[in-house]
Amino acid sequence: MRDNVKLVLLSVLSAACILLFLFYDSGSDLSFILPERGAKAGAMVITGIAVAYSAVIFQTISFNRILTPSVMGFDAVYLFLQTTALFIFGSGGFMMVNEVFNFGISAAALMLFTFFLYRLIFVRNGNVFFLMLVGVVMWTLFRSLTVFMQMLIDPNEFAVVQDAMFASFNNVRVDLLGVSAAVIIAVALYCIPMFRKLDVMLLGREHAVSLGIAYDNLVKRSLIVITLLVAVSTALVGQMTFLGIIVSNLAYESMKTYKHSYVIACSALYSVIAIVGGQFVIERVFYFNITVSVVINFVGGLYFMYLLTKESK
Amino acid sequence: MKIIILFVLVCVLGIWSLFLGFTDISVTEVFSMSESQSLVMAVSRIPRLAAVIIAGASMSICGVIMQQMTHNRFVSPTTAGTMDAAALGIMLSMLIFPDGGTYQRLSVSLAVTLGASAVFMTLAERIKFKNLVFVPLLGIIFGNILDSVTTFIGLQFNVVHSMASWLQGDFSSVMQGNYELMYISVPLLAVTYFYADRFTLMGMGKSFAVNLGMNYANMFRLGLVVTSCVTSVIVLTVGMIPFVGLIVPNIISILFGDNLRKTLPLTALAGSAFLLACDILGRSVMYPYEVSVSVMVGIIGGAVFLYLILGRRLNAG
Repeated sequence: MRDNVKLVLLSVLSAACILLFLFYDSGSDLSFILPERGAKAGAMVITGIAVAYSAVIFQTISFNRILTPSVMGFDAVYLFLQTTALFIFGSGGFMMVNEVFNFGISAAALMLFTFFLYRLIFVRNGNVFFLMLVGVVMWTLFRSLTVFMQMLIDPNEFAVVQDAMFASFNNVRVDLLGVSAAVIIAVALYCIPMFRKLDVMLLGREHAVSLGIAYDNLVKRSLIVITLLVAVSTALVGQMTFLGIIVSNLAYESMKTYKHSYVIACSALYSVIAIVGGQFVIERVFYFNITVSVVINFVGGLYFMYLLTKESK
Repeated sequence: MKIIILFVLVCVLGIWSLFLGFTDISVTEVFSMSESQSLVMAVSRIPRLAAVIIAGASMSICGVIMQQMTHNRFVSPTTAGTMDAAALGIMLSMLIFPDGGTYQRLSVSLAVTLGASAVFMTLAERIKFKNLVFVPLLGIIFGNILDSVTTFIGLQFNVVHSMASWLQGDFSSVMQGNYELMYISVPLLAVTYFYADRFTLMGMGKSFAVNLGMNYANMFRLGLVVTSCVTSVIVLTVGMIPFVGLIVPNIISILFGDNLRKTLPLTALAGSAFLLACDILGRSVMYPYEVSVSVMVGIIGGAVFLYLILGRRLNAG
């Protein structure tokens, strides 16, 4: 099967998932149920695309297929930043009230962390497993710090903003959805001219440089893109640690080409199918009382273990 | 000498811990305590001190044993999924025996933990890995998988909230009458000291140990039973506490080497001291409220561990 055909099929499948999610068992009063489900589906699609996009680019610039931003602890850092902001400015502060401003500040702070990782990954050139262990430890560290901050915050005040900070698919805020969608679309468009350069990058640093790629510049730009995407998806729904690994690797397996335009499109579609389809099956078919991220962590964890053992051989 | 210094440290921290808290008791009043003061001491402060000391010592020792068994510096109850397995077992026991007592809980938890540890340790033994940090990475993911199973089942039966507060490592609820199970750890730790030399040998590699006439399989089983049992007991009584089993043994090993006969007591004391310090810090930092010890350990331990691996101090391991 040709790659184009596969992409069309996957698009149809993901559209079907979205439609099923929107209209299945919706009753006659669509005006009530559609906006709510629409917001939920919108959040899922945006998150799916952001996770897939950032995972593939991160894997390209780190020359490794089992690293993703979540594994490196990005999401935990984001939540920590949010909590710190709440602690410093309070729930009535400008930072908490103005979401766009909040997003801007958080993204800027996240860049600092990215810079640290950049040094760790590219300057030190440490091995992958070592990096992942560092990532996992940072994850625990920032999680503990976040919990600590939350304890310091006045509980009443914390309750007010808790939903805003840790939104899930069941509680999507429409205002945030608009900002997120805008950021994702802007980033996606900004990246498209980069795809060809990223393709060249797959050849390795030396080859890429000799073929005329401004290597370091490209890495830095990619890291900024990744930071924005992670901030968006974490702000919207929280952590989905292993999703990026599953969908990117599925895309590498199923696409015959290494071109980023194909791989990214393919993994984004897988991602949408996994989240929307998964949520549909879990929620409406099995009536399980969970979000899809728990299942993704389970399946993704098993898959990740498989990839690790494969990689170590 | 080192052991005396550590012992004194534990004593000082222990006394500090005893006289810290909402009910004002000063050291000078020890022999003239009012009735309510002595009640607070007997019911809350002393049990808490005992629980912290036992938990710190036994988690550190578990870390040492697991590290010897896998020949890997980075393995510990937190980085091999042992704690997550114990938590899963506790939740299953809540569903199987809703009115069950402590011993039913412990037995189910122990069964699950033993199974999971056996799987993981065998996996770690089998895989020919090139890289030192590969095994703990696998273990952490293994723990994540177990954790998502726990969350999944917990959500179906609506026990997530009670589980979450229960499993958050915390000594504030330790009272006379609900922590005594922890004393099971003491004889188990004594057993490990008895076999200390064999665990040292184990750390040198399987073929080496077998060549010297050791029954490797038996020692492996003993190690599994001790670590699983101790971890289950701790998770059951005080919840999950990260990093202690990872950091304390490594620091001791860097400072004093790997002859377990000599270092096991040091490790135990250092573990108690570390956990006591974290507990005291958690109780003081927003007095009179408490920050749970697992949060303090997560922050301090995470930072220390990062320093250790980023500073590449452990490369020789």
